[in-house]
Amino acid sequence: MSPFWSAWISIITLAVIFGCTALLLSTRKSEKYKEATKETTGHEFDGIGEYDNPLPGWWFQMFMGTIIFSLIYLVLYPGLGNFKGVLGWTSTGQWEEEVEFANNTYAPVFAKYAALKPEELLKEENRPGLLMGQRMFANNCSVCHGTAATGAYGFPNLTDKDWLYGGSVETIKETIANGRIGAMPAWGSVLGEAGVRDMTSYVLNLSGAADVDQEAVARAKPQFQALCIACHGAEGKGTQALGAPNLTDNVWLYGGSYEKIAHTIRKGRSGAMPAHKDLLSENKINLISGYVYSLSNKDK
Amino acid sequence: MLKHESIEKHVGIMALLIILVISGGGLAEIVPLFFQVSTTKPIEGLKPYTALEMEGRDIYIREGCNVCHSQMIRPFRAETERYGQFSTANEFVWEHPFLWGSKRTGPDLARVGGRYSDDWHRAHLYNPRDVVPESKMPSYPWLFKNKLTGEDTKAKLELFVKFGVPYTAEDIETAQDKVAGKYEIEAVIAYLQSLGKKHSVYNNKR
Repeated sequence: MSPFWSAWISIITLAVIFGCTALLLSTRKSEKYKEATKETTGHEFDGIGEYDNPLPGWWFQMFMGTIIFSLIYLVLYPGLGNFKGVLGWTSTGQWEEEVEFANNTYAPVFAKYAALKPEELLKEENRPGLLMGQRMFANNCSVCHGTAATGAYGFPNLTDKDWLYGGSVETIKETIANGRIGAMPAWGSVLGEAGVRDMTSYVLNLSGAADVDQEAVARAKPQFQALCIACHGAEGKGTQALGAPNLTDNVWLYGGSYEKIAHTIRKGRSGAMPAHKDLLSENKINLISGYVYSLSNKDK
Repeated sequence: MLKHESIEKHVGIMALLIILVISGGGLAEIVPLFFQVSTTKPIEGLKPYTALEMEGRDIYIREGCNVCHSQMIRPFRAETERYGQFSTANEFVWEHPFLWGSKRTGPDLARVGGRYSDDWHRAHLYNPRDVVPESKMPSYPWLFKNKLTGEDTKAKLELFVKFGVPYTAEDIETAQDKVAGKYEIEAVIAYLQSLGKKHSVYNNKR
């Protein structure tokens, strides 16, 4: 702050404080009666007069108290322009102290579990670490995946053993740190509407649905072999390296009804898991990975 | 000597003294901020909102999002743990009006950009309870029906140039084309994803 503005702030602040003090003292000094009195001020409205009493002592003392408080405050804390205050307090400094205190208090506890391999968190003696992971999951992940990690329409369930990109601890960490972008292309213009409907039957047939039109399945087969196997594999079992789902189980990220599947084929899908490496520290990612891994490996 | 009686009986003197005392606060606390580097110089690398983000921001204001969501992270550990680096004045130099807010029914959004996927924002704005069952945020289904014409976008950018935001002539000329025909939801999501991402000075790690 320039010396001008520093002086501007200091002068106005002190002028207001001392001005109020002077006003208080001068009006008190000029009071006619120094004790409670029956004399009135002389004016009267609607038959109501006003005793010419002095300021009550407690009121005057409180006023003086606030003035003294403000002066002490201005000596201790920053308030007068560039003067930093005797205590050297800053809001950033207070924040840094809070963070340092928390780091000193929690870091040793935290480090103990974060240093473990995520799969070791499953052991009974490391249960506190798992609970930390659970808490961080609730804070950072549950908004999409749900508080119980059971997912929602378009957001994968993490408690089953069905993984789009793989369920090893390393893969989970990779998914959290770098994110994922799903890339199911839209086939509507390639297949045509009739082709989309045939392909829907084919996909339903893969997952073992009953009452599928087998003629449609037969019609779609060459198309599936030509267009879909690059990602979903010849048998439709998916490819985790690409995040292409297994079509033969009955787990559907975007719904398994005829219409929902047809929509997925027609318009494509592009779900995205945001990258968290810039949002969460490595320790936190480690603990969350352990928690996510534990969800589908509880029996181990 | 100023007597109590003379102040009480002369409304002019009383008004003058009141004005002096009250304006003291504003003159000492507010006026100097108009002239400080920390409040008038944009943070390094700050980028202005794109035309689409600008429209999204206006929809954000229209729907009153700022009534329940603040956009200012205070320097307390509890906040920086949850939302990231605390906000500083130089991040808001080009905000007219700023949307800091004073009440949080929902979470702070100052650094929400990149936290969730676009799909999540779509699902959440269409019906928040589809993704967050305990949410009490209202649904905004009309954002998925209304389309932007972009007829005012150019004028908005021109106005912000007057506020000192460095839009180029090209930004202004192409403003309408960039938003016309887009759904409102696209603009809102573009705006939300830009929050906290308009510069890269801070490490937003929690």
